[in-house]
Amino acid sequence: MSESLLEIDALSVSIGGKHLVKNLSLNVSSGEIVGLVGASGSGKSLTALAIMQLLPESAATTGLVRLRGEPLTGQPEALMQQVRGRDIGMVFQEPMTALNPLMRIGHQVAETLRLHQNVSASAASRAARDALDLVGLSGEQGSLDRYPYELSGGQRQRVAIAIAMIMSPPLLIADEPTTALDVITQAPVLALLQQLVRTRNMGLLLVTHDLAIMAQLADRVVVMSQGEIIEQGATEQVLRRPRMAYTAALLAAAALKPKRQGSPGEGAPAVLQVVDIVREFPRRRRSLWHAAPPLRALDHVSLRVHGGETVGLVGESGSGKSSLLKVILALDRSQAGEVRLLGEGFSGASGAKGAKLHRLRRAIQGVFQDPYGSFDPKWTVERLIGEPFFLLSRPPAAAERRRKICSVLEHVGLSASDARRMPHEFSGGERQRIAIARALITEPAVIAFDEAVSALDVLVREQILDLLAQLAARLNVAYLFVSHDLHVIRTIADRVYVMQQGRIVEEGPTESLFASPRHAYTQALIAATPKLNVLG
Amino acid sequence: MRRSPRNSSLRAGAIITGFFVAAALLARFWTPYDPRALSIIEKLQPPSAHHWFGTDQLGRDVLSLVMVGAQTSVGVALLSVVIGVFVGVPVGLLAAARRGALDELLMRGNDVIFAFPALLLAILITAVLGPGAVNAIIAIGIFNIPVFARVTRAGALQLWTRDYALAARVAGKGPLRISWEHMLPNLLGLLAVQGTIQFSLGVIAEAGLSYVGLSAQPPTPSWGRMLNEAQTLTALAPFLALFPGCAVLLFVLGLNLLGEGLRRNAERPT
Repeated sequence: MSESLLEIDALSVSIGGKHLVKNLSLNVSSGEIVGLVGASGSGKSLTALAIMQLLPESAATTGLVRLRGEPLTGQPEALMQQVRGRDIGMVFQEPMTALNPLMRIGHQVAETLRLHQNVSASAASRAARDALDLVGLSGEQGSLDRYPYELSGGQRQRVAIAIAMIMSPPLLIADEPTTALDVITQAPVLALLQQLVRTRNMGLLLVTHDLAIMAQLADRVVVMSQGEIIEQGATEQVLRRPRMAYTAALLAAAALKPKRQGSPGEGAPAVLQVVDIVREFPRRRRSLWHAAPPLRALDHVSLRVHGGETVGLVGESGSGKSSLLKVILALDRSQAGEVRLLGEGFSGASGAKGAKLHRLRRAIQGVFQDPYGSFDPKWTVERLIGEPFFLLSRPPAAAERRRKICSVLEHVGLSASDARRMPHEFSGGERQRIAIARALITEPAVIAFDEAVSALDVLVREQILDLLAQLAARLNVAYLFVSHDLHVIRTIADRVYVMQQGRIVEEGPTESLFASPRHAYTQALIAATPKLNVLG
Repeated sequence: MRRSPRNSSLRAGAIITGFFVAAALLARFWTPYDPRALSIIEKLQPPSAHHWFGTDQLGRDVLSLVMVGAQTSVGVALLSVVIGVFVGVPVGLLAAARRGALDELLMRGNDVIFAFPALLLAILITAVLGPGAVNAIIAIGIFNIPVFARVTRAGALQLWTRDYALAARVAGKGPLRISWEHMLPNLLGLLAVQGTIQFSLGVIAEAGLSYVGLSAQPPTPSWGRMLNEAQTLTALAPFLALFPGCAVLLFVLGLNLLGEGLRRNAERPT
């Protein structure tokens, strides 16, 4: 048995009278990866901050945190500054904001070392070089002179890990280290963390909401809900035989069972056809006389959606998914190609205009990613849902309008009385229901979803996906479902398109595509996605 | 939890501002003495129970003059903010909604106006149209236009990136309708803050213009001209400069506190 590294004993945190972490006790040993998992707002991140004594001043903490037997709670700030970085390294979620944009990465990595040890500049930069090599950023890519903006998200997260690792701290805390990254970028970062723990006998406290990552990485899992630990144990044991209903529900939701059988769309006529769309964005010119070649975001993309069918479109960020959706929704024009809706030219290089555009728009609506940014905060739910009525040449009278709004609210599992409320009164999942209600109000033939469940917790995501499957069956509406998450696509879609660098590289019915991917990129995507059933 | 000082600056600002606006309104109906009544016998009296602020070189009651001066000050500053809002806000909304060449044209036009110092612009306008309160309003108002245009454009550009702008476009609404229905209501807080700041700058500008004789003409009292006239008598009657000077100072302070309070209120997470 390895030595106990971090001991948390009866930790409670309250802010403004609200108890956010209650009586939490857990241990992390050297060479061990402990996964702290739970829905957002369950107190995971607060726990991580409490260990580092980085909570806001308004927080009241009780309980004891010990590192190698030495108490951290109640220590003066000066001493904690010594501990942070030297004894505990920390990696945060957002690689875009965790680095100082105006500082060379070599400087940022060396900074921790220079704060803790009196070393010469050359020794510090040698150490920074070693740390960057350790995280796999060597040679040209990991040049000490580069600035954060020159690096990709995955590379930045590696820099953040290098900063945390330079002092070889015995304990590393990683708070959702890969949540902001693509699957393809995520896999090597996770592998790196795992390798560091194994080779250096470090302890790692990994905070995440993603059970699949847990299953792949953690030795022990701690499940939190509403500030309390409700279950902990060896990963295999918790995942195979969860004792608590909540854990079981989390697991079931994360497993994402397929929600649809058969594909009703095969025989039906195509409601949405995308034909040879090309979208180019101008790039900064390199010199006064020579314009740079444009960036081709969409390169002769074609796809079709049949009536009542759910089509998934998957690809990493920057593959052109969102650009395509904008062209399809007639929010953007393309240089060539056409989008046809119900057999009529709708958008693309030669789109519909005026009354015809309005008529066609009624047949396609969109649901967007951010449940918080999707609604004008000054409008009531009723007014928000009724906004697409603008598309009708003769908008319904007040009573009819209200009846329709109540009916769609009930369709999405909300009540008619919610119509009078304001969007900020709803949770993220409920807001996404309102967004779906808004998309349904014109009784469209197709709804386009842009990462519509990516910002939701697993349990809520499961509910929304269930709802979507029900609605599709009941209302015979077709979906074009765009996501970077293969699990979600697999759950909901009848047919899948895989997109890479502006091209459709593979297409096929969901099951056969996942079972035997032909294109190398699809294979890479599937291989990189963490799997829950890695144990069994 | 620590109490945020937000409420105190909002309250103090509102009280001071309200006090001056009330004084200006009151002066329309009642002042302690007739501000135009000359009484050479009573000239240059120091503050007393009869004349709280004393009397000037022509024996007029300074308190009454300051009150009526508040009227000029509030009127000029308020109307110039109104000009700035009514021209600048639509320009900013339009620039943000249309982008491209129109945006460039409108904003570069703004830059041209912005490049002139406000006082120089006022002198230019009064040189063409002649001095007077109305021309001071126009001059300060023109100076306000690019300020409101920029604030509106910057705020609207940010709102255009929100998904609800996309949703409104999917609902078939055009950029102008979206600007009116979604952008403007969400920018009101920002505009209220900017409005208070421009109001206080307007008070200072009006005092400056009337000091050099380019705003309200005699016999209409104004703080700036009172300061100008008091200048030669400083040794004899220092209180003559003190009261209008304090009025400008306190009013501007109040408005700035109000603006600060509104800004913090707007930043409060919902």
